[in-house]
Amino acid sequence: MNEPVRWTGSMPSAQGRQGGQAARAPQGTDLADILERVLDKGIVIAGDIQINLLDIELLTIKLRLVVASVDRAKEMGIDWWERDPTLSAGRSELEEENERLRERITALEQAQTRPARRRKKVERAPEPEPEGEQ
Amino acid sequence: MITYLYAVGRDLELPDDGSRGIDGGELRLVDEAGLQAVVSDVEREAFEDLDEHREDLTWLAAVARAHHGVVAAVGRDHAVAPLSLATVYLDDDRVRAVLRESREAFTAVLDRVEGRDEWGVKAYVRPGAGKAAATDRPTSGAAYLRARREALRAGDAAVAAAEREADEVDAALAALAVETRRHPPQDRSLTGRAEQMVLNGAYLVERAGADDLRALVEKLASEGSLDLELTGPWVPYSFAGGAT
Repeated sequence: MNEPVRWTGSMPSAQGRQGGQAARAPQGTDLADILERVLDKGIVIAGDIQINLLDIELLTIKLRLVVASVDRAKEMGIDWWERDPTLSAGRSELEEENERLRERITALEQAQTRPARRRKKVERAPEPEPEGEQ
Repeated sequence: MITYLYAVGRDLELPDDGSRGIDGGELRLVDEAGLQAVVSDVEREAFEDLDEHREDLTWLAAVARAHHGVVAAVGRDHAVAPLSLATVYLDDDRVRAVLRESREAFTAVLDRVEGRDEWGVKAYVRPGAGKAAATDRPTSGAAYLRARREALRAGDAAVAAAEREADEVDAALAALAVETRRHPPQDRSLTGRAEQMVLNGAYLVERAGADDLRALVEKLASEGSLDLELTGPWVPYSFAGGAT
């Protein structure tokens, strides 16, 4: 089985129907698609170490935000406002708000990741008892 | 070191393409009860601290990619039952015990997916569909709000129509599939697309039927009004549930 190939069979005819598989330039398998499958699908079976990956959707969205480059995200954001004609009048204001929201997300993420790292350095978790279910 | 379990299969062989596991760990097979588990050693600490690590998103993304890489490599030539991310055991003996205890469940999954692949089909509302033709600049606040309301109403109707069409697409694809699953449509922040997703389906298809599926997706896309996106073949993650 090969690395999944992504293509769309729905590009406008301007793109030509030749080789439908190449309708969209091949790209690495999307992280969102991988996460959707490996995080909450597959066989779920109790391991020896209890791992709770809570709120998979939120986690996945956050991961996506981290992985997407800032430039790409910016491009996506601006593009989105520009495509809605009813919004384009107030665009600069929305762009500003968008910018502020992005800064807030960054700040929130830093607030969440920093303490975790610090904690890791300070207190080494003591060796927990094996939870083997004999 | 503890043992990370990626996938279970029958008559499995390790991939000969130099695939490595999480953190570059060497892949091994654990053999028991007629089943083989693909495993590698991982640092115990990394997984014990996962509650903290969970917020270390870069690390988690790397683990997810490594997990998927191993499952896909092993599944290239063999039917495999993929495990969910981060299934770890204290040692190989514990993995053997799990293979014995859950033999029937693993076998049932393997029987179900043997010779079949998972394909994903997503459908999006086509850009511009149902957009009000409001090209005039609003001349007043009231005109702006009116235009905005109309655009929203048109958008709602377009989404409702798209959802109906998505049901039809799903039904057409299901006719070619052995089994199907409909996952919740992904959020826009996840897809990175402005268009709304109205179908996020998984289809378990006989390997020989892959070309038919591709052709059908192409046909549905050119005849219908949705943007369709086909991904695959995937190891059948979406059809491995139910075993415990």
